[in-house]
Amino acid sequence: MNRIEEAFFKKIDQQADQPAKNKKAFIPFITAGDPNLAVTEELVIKMAEAGADIIELGIPFSDPVAEGPVIQDADYRALSGGVTTDKIFDMVARIRKVCDVPLVFMTYANPIYTYGTERFMENCKKVGIDGVIVPDVPFDEKSELKPYCDKYQITLISMIAPTSKERIHMIAKEAEGFIYCVSSMGVTGVRSEISSGVEEMIRQVKEINNIPCAIGFGISTPEQAVKMSGFSDGVIVGSAIVKIIANYGQDCIQPVIEFVQGMKKVMAK
Amino acid sequence: MTKDLGGAKIYLKREDLNHTGSHKINNVLGQVLLAKKMGKKRVIAETGAGQHGVATATAAALLDLECEIFMGKEDTERQALNVFRMELLGAKVHAVTSGTMTLKDAVNETMREWTKRVDDTHYVLGSVMGPHPFPMMVRDFQSVIGKEVKEQMLKKEGKLPDAVIACVGGGSNAMGLFYDFTRDSAVRLIGCEAAGLGVDTDKTAATISTGSLGIFHGMKSYFCQDEYGQIAPVYSISAGLDYPGIGPEHAHLHDIKRAEYVAVTDQEAVEAFEYLSRIEGIIPAIESAHAVAYAKKLAPTMAKDQIIVINLSGRGDKDVAAIARYRGVQIYE
Repeated sequence: MNRIEEAFFKKIDQQADQPAKNKKAFIPFITAGDPNLAVTEELVIKMAEAGADIIELGIPFSDPVAEGPVIQDADYRALSGGVTTDKIFDMVARIRKVCDVPLVFMTYANPIYTYGTERFMENCKKVGIDGVIVPDVPFDEKSELKPYCDKYQITLISMIAPTSKERIHMIAKEAEGFIYCVSSMGVTGVRSEISSGVEEMIRQVKEINNIPCAIGFGISTPEQAVKMSGFSDGVIVGSAIVKIIANYGQDCIQPVIEFVQGMKKVMAK
Repeated sequence: MTKDLGGAKIYLKREDLNHTGSHKINNVLGQVLLAKKMGKKRVIAETGAGQHGVATATAAALLDLECEIFMGKEDTERQALNVFRMELLGAKVHAVTSGTMTLKDAVNETMREWTKRVDDTHYVLGSVMGPHPFPMMVRDFQSVIGKEVKEQMLKKEGKLPDAVIACVGGGSNAMGLFYDFTRDSAVRLIGCEAAGLGVDTDKTAATISTGSLGIFHGMKSYFCQDEYGQIAPVYSISAGLDYPGIGPEHAHLHDIKRAEYVAVTDQEAVEAFEYLSRIEGIIPAIESAHAVAYAKKLAPTMAKDQIIVINLSGRGDKDVAAIARYRGVQIYE
């Protein structure tokens, strides 16, 4: 079992007469380099201490088509601050000296391909990245990345969305690490309501593959996190945290940590 | 023009005479009919110069579909007349303020919008780009251009042209012109990219001349980008050619050396715009003027019994104010 899978199978402390239960994973997302890499580095370490089970680290892209305005702005802030893929690799190497939280890169096909897919995955392994999420590479095109992921033991996380329908079967069958379940139609960003269809999506996945399923896109409040983790194995929260970072800039660490602690607390109940 | 340049005989393929003023309608009619057949109630589209937006708005009006167009904010300003034209046709125009506020950002925003409402909405993509099947589908709908050229040439001249020339942004009018000639190896296929201020400056949109391989907007092709794969802000006087990529089939034709791609600057395009207006009484779109500019260079180097076909992909009424401004004339539309 790799570090990503372990994050979902930690057992909750409970009375001996009850069946063992898996802990729900809380997965925060931040954009690397927003507002700068020093803050990102500290955020990762402190979010891990605050209980984040996996941390999703965005490599900013000039044209993030899967993102809503909040994360688009974070990408622009990071890029105009001069962040590059190499500087992010260096930061991860520094984090890895003090922190072993599972780390997953989220980025787009072009930053990986242009960097050289093999060189990218090799560096991921070298610095201690556990997996990658690439929303603009569909299942049908994953051979673009998969051979190199396999060669360097980087988990390629699959996504399913409300439009996946009959495709869920083939995606779930070959999925590894966990499945990123997109809660509802559209791009990332805070939503006041999340459709109930995601529960059925997860049921279909589990019929085929008993792989952890984490729900993302639109989750921002503790109430949503509790509700979504009720029928999934974890939740991913991005825009809500990135908004805090946008509001507080360099002083974002304390408010972000409080947010993470708050989410962890309600999900542990 | 033939007489003036004193070389090859020049024909213009008059796509500018199409309803809505450009070749864009060829593709739009196909896709909008398809959308209707699929039971979609709404179409969305990106637009650069506004020609594709106008064509989509027109077809949507005709077939009673809701229509929303995404256009970079900068383009809504330099092509203000087309914005009003789309609104007149009942479309809602969104000015896109993300990124460089031009065509690529309009594509991003239309893709984002599509993910929200894919059930009742079809994305009428305007060029031979994007994810499969768009590059093939748009090529097939536009291939009527080359088919007509071939048929008319054989009828009129009894032979195929020696060279066919078109401007290339994403590349739909060029691919439509080229496609039926790809197996006729004696016919030179020439695509004219927008060099902007020049391919040795960073104010350019010449993808083949200055770009490198990448994967973006659902396709693997050439893109203007930096070493980390960040897409470059590109520039051209022509909003319709101001795109940092090129359709993947053009990339292929370039790689196998079947087609040639040349770069034409703003200055050369503006001069060609004025030249065609004066010499033939035809005001070309500033996009199409890029093809005219290269033909002006090429024709004198060819023999009198040789033939060039220029694809006049659109008409230039929309550009008159911008050209006036380029020449320092303050004009209000």
